[in-house]
Amino acid sequence: MSNAISSGLEAVQSSPSSSRQAIKHPVNPAPKMKVEESASRKFLRSAGRQIIFYSALIGLWALLAKLHIWPPYLFPPPWGVAEALWAGFQDHSFWIGIAVTMKRMVIGYGLSVILGMVLGLAVASNKFLEETLGGLLVSLQSLPSICWIPLAVLWFGLTEKAILFVVLMGSLLSVTIAMEDGRKQMPKIFGMAGRNLGASGFRLFWYVFLPASLPYIVSGLKQGWAFGWRSLIQAEMIFLSLGLGQLLMMGRDLNDMSQVLAVMILIIIVGYLVDGLVFRTVERRLQNKWGLSAA
Amino acid sequence: MTTNAQPLISSPSIAADHRLPPRGVTRWKAGSNVVPLRQPAATVPKLELQEVSLSYKTESGERLLALDRIDLQVRQGEFLCLVGPSGCGKSTLLHLIAGLHQPTSGSVLVDERPVTAPGTDRILIFQEHGLFPWLTVGENVEFGMKMKGLPKAERAEKTEKYLRLVHLTQFKKSRPHQLSGGMRQRVALARALAAEPDVLLMDEPFAALDAQTRDLLHDELERIWAETGRTILFVTHNVREAVRLGDRVVLLSFRPGRVKTQFEVDLPRPRHLEEVEVARTAREILDSLREEINKSLEAEYAHVQRD
Repeated sequence: MSNAISSGLEAVQSSPSSSRQAIKHPVNPAPKMKVEESASRKFLRSAGRQIIFYSALIGLWALLAKLHIWPPYLFPPPWGVAEALWAGFQDHSFWIGIAVTMKRMVIGYGLSVILGMVLGLAVASNKFLEETLGGLLVSLQSLPSICWIPLAVLWFGLTEKAILFVVLMGSLLSVTIAMEDGRKQMPKIFGMAGRNLGASGFRLFWYVFLPASLPYIVSGLKQGWAFGWRSLIQAEMIFLSLGLGQLLMMGRDLNDMSQVLAVMILIIIVGYLVDGLVFRTVERRLQNKWGLSAA
Repeated sequence: MTTNAQPLISSPSIAADHRLPPRGVTRWKAGSNVVPLRQPAATVPKLELQEVSLSYKTESGERLLALDRIDLQVRQGEFLCLVGPSGCGKSTLLHLIAGLHQPTSGSVLVDERPVTAPGTDRILIFQEHGLFPWLTVGENVEFGMKMKGLPKAERAEKTEKYLRLVHLTQFKKSRPHQLSGGMRQRVALARALAAEPDVLLMDEPFAALDAQTRDLLHDELERIWAETGRTILFVTHNVREAVRLGDRVVLLSFRPGRVKTQFEVDLPRPRHLEEVEVARTAREILDSLREEINKSLEAEYAHVQRD
């Protein structure tokens, strides 16, 4: 109740008519300004904190490197890593690595999303499958995806297919389980309304079940991406193939710690960008569309 | 509205026989000339339920009879209201007619053809949340036509037409969550009508709305019914609402759901909830309903005591 009142107040404050009110009642604008200020100040403060934190981290790193406690080939200074990053982009090896890795990721993940949705939907809508296959899927989740590598190599050899298989197995379970949960959590009324309006079979899935379950499965899709991403890098470190994982192993083989750290940073940044930009945007858009957002 | 001076043509009569003879009487009285006369009732029922029963197994393993041999005939263009205490299976009955569930025995006939699956000749309007939140208002209205495979231009034109019918043209691009409850139900009505069903099934569509919005929607529904000539089956637990809207009110009994009594409502249209005649008729039906409500309450108390 009090929640509704306060949100109503906010709505009044942010509505255009409030400026007119403000002329009549000079007391009113004060809380409004306060709200805006605190919001922007909050952002600035959080950004400031992060800048301070990362500067301190790099400063500490630089200090430790300067003290020469460990030799530079084991503990390179930040500028050494920056140089390695620069060089890697200069000779295009990092660009190629990112491109090759992302291509594998998109294909493998795409496959796992399609397969996972079909599997998850099948498991959710069939009691027999739920009891049998559903249980198997949950137990398979305890298997680290790197365990699929020997199997993939024996089946497909040291090929692109083997890598895609490992990515697929890495993210498939998350997507399947998310889809199954999403289908179950999805209000029954959407299915009834859809069938009632003449949708059936594939069209019911495509036009009703899929969009209806999206808000419920988007976090599972995100998790699937994260697992797939890890599996891919792991697989690339073992296989002789271009890609970020191999660049990392190359750094080790060349005893080039700067390159190792540079590629690690790259892997973090690419992973974070996809997670933070792509998935969070999708999530926010979905929430706005459905009217689920709190704001 | 007409004054009280006009005599009540016939007080609600209890139809002893469930299968009503076709009536040729026009239901539009002088003085309510805002609504055009419609065709006299046809001889063949639009919708017919023949000994429809439904039973299901509860979690404790007992078999529960939800609906017991329901016989009902609905005329083309009739506005029929189903009332009964909660738990009498009113909504279930609508789902059976919509083809979302199958009866355990008996059959549902539309135009003398048995219903076996959902079809766009029978569209259901739910109490709430029936709209698709991922689509805009316009896309929601368009949905049934899209599933039917109508060409795009025709869909756009009809979407426009039915949104105009419910006075929501300017909200075509809004999302359902941006509308009020009453507006949402109007969109649901437009979406249902756009599928151009023969029979409109309404499952307590106005129960979650405030009284004023409900009054407005009653007027709109009555107008749209008159304009489109659809056959409407309207489920409610509100007897006054049933009398306000229905040509006929069918009372279902509490568990198992049976047709208990039927009332013809011969009041002139348009009606209003506040009218004395509406209240009087509702009172009569309510007396009969009260027995069923008591039964449902007793069942509930028995349950509480057992726990």
